[in-house]
Amino acid sequence: MTTGTTLSRKAPISRKAMGTGALLALAAVLPLAITEPSQQNFLILILMGAQMGVAWNIVGGYAGQVSLGHAVFYGIGAYTSTMLLTTLGLTPWIGALAGGLLAALFALAMGWPCFRLKGHYFAMATIAVAEIMQILVTNSDFLEGAVGLYLPMDRGGWGWLIFLSKLPYYYIILGLLVLTVLVSWAIERSHIGYYFRAIKDEPEAARALGVSLTRYKLIALSVSAFLTAMGGSFYAQKEMFIDPGSVFAGTISIKIALIAILGGVGRLTGPVLGAVILITIEEYSRTLFGSTGSGTDMIIYAAMIILVAVFSPSGVLGLLGDLRRHLPGAKPAAVKTEKMEVRP
Amino acid sequence: MNTAPLLAVDGLGKAFDGLVANRDISFVIHHGEIVGLIGPNGAGKTTLFNCLAGFHTPTTGRIAFEGRDVTGSTPEAAAALGIARTFQIVRVFQSMTALENVMVGAMLRNKRVAEARDRAEEELAFVGLSHRADTPASDLTVSEQKRLEVARALATEPKLILLDEVMAGLNPTEVREASALVHRIHQRGIASIIVEHVMEGIMPIAHRMLVLDYGAKIADGTPAEIAENPAVIAAYLGE
Repeated sequence: MTTGTTLSRKAPISRKAMGTGALLALAAVLPLAITEPSQQNFLILILMGAQMGVAWNIVGGYAGQVSLGHAVFYGIGAYTSTMLLTTLGLTPWIGALAGGLLAALFALAMGWPCFRLKGHYFAMATIAVAEIMQILVTNSDFLEGAVGLYLPMDRGGWGWLIFLSKLPYYYIILGLLVLTVLVSWAIERSHIGYYFRAIKDEPEAARALGVSLTRYKLIALSVSAFLTAMGGSFYAQKEMFIDPGSVFAGTISIKIALIAILGGVGRLTGPVLGAVILITIEEYSRTLFGSTGSGTDMIIYAAMIILVAVFSPSGVLGLLGDLRRHLPGAKPAAVKTEKMEVRP
Repeated sequence: MNTAPLLAVDGLGKAFDGLVANRDISFVIHHGEIVGLIGPNGAGKTTLFNCLAGFHTPTTGRIAFEGRDVTGSTPEAAAALGIARTFQIVRVFQSMTALENVMVGAMLRNKRVAEARDRAEEELAFVGLSHRADTPASDLTVSEQKRLEVARALATEPKLILLDEVMAGLNPTEVREASALVHRIHQRGIASIIVEHVMEGIMPIAHRMLVLDYGAKIADGTPAEIAENPAVIAAYLGE
């Protein structure tokens, strides 16, 4: 009995570690097999989506505070590193960190009033903050308004994180995704992760056990904001051009949340799976409909939200878990014998 | 400061707009004491609990814990001081196992996960739920969920525990077990205030009973005194 429980507790961890290692090795060699630049770009988009989703999951999944305004952090990241590069000539290595810190500070400032609201009202407040920010940036002469910012073309290499080839970008975003997953994993295993889940399940009971709701929600939002902003800086480096519509748009906020929700909220690997599915559909619809189909991505997002809400609120990962339980195997057999014992 | 009572409530009142839920309630609780809090439905028992645990700010009066004024403190501050509570309608963390639920309580005093787990295992054993440690809390019976809430509250290492109807809906055997559990909590030196309608569960173990009616305290004495108090009989049976 005792050995049984220790075994069942330990086995999934090592299997999980092996699975993660294999997945990482596959991700590392994949662009060596897929050399077509447009296909490498597609892989980069998946990793970017996964990174955003994993970052969002910290606050929206574990802590259960659904933000529909994460583009604000993405945009702050993109604009901070780009402005520091164009005006001060600062390397994006530092610029991305500065963007992350600024986004985390912004998260603390917006979280303080917004976390007084619960559930849907919090989500609505985050939409409002992101929309206001987009309008402010669009009208800011300092930030070149709606015209947007170009990154300097005369620089290149690892010091400036600007490359002609797609391959370096692939490894940079893979590294950023690994970092984001590691942060998320560390939170999940620490007391902070337990507190986040407690706040999500029963906030009043969590308070009675000494958990400060404001404090831990602010931690969740600012860590998530930091990592999301790093993703925004990466976007700027890859595209070499940003404007309010490309990094502060409401559709980005929806996409970030949807990736996590589609894959399975509150689970480490959920958003990665969500990104693979969502970005694949998005890219195929783009080639299918071309420019005439501008806005089809929004139709797809809407359809997916409805499908997830109706059929599997715990996302694709939850659906897979249900399937596994219903497939013939060791567990259903145990249930059967139990039922047989009851009959006589 | 050992001479100060554990809890001293002085002239406490709580009104929601026009509705007065608690009026001018005063009492003291001593270290390790078991006190029953009874009264007809709507007498203001849960409101009083919410004031003591920091969930409501009293409109009037003062609450002192170990001689310190704690009136209007937050629930998390109350928990840190050593006031723990359970909820009338159970509020277990549904997505967690029984053990993880108790770990959240233990983390108030020790943020290390492994040590919180050890502490939680002790408390689960204390309430007799060790065999359910890895069961999702949502799969436990209501009786088990109530015990889980007690274990979770005890894991915060309180000096005073507020138990809100932990015996309601239990069968006679379970009521006896719950009474025994309260007695073992007392043996650990932890005081408890117990809101209860199940008289056979509370009367044999309580050192003292407080009776509320229409938001005011109408009696304060030993269970035997309370049972013969005319005001209490009138409140329960009508004039």
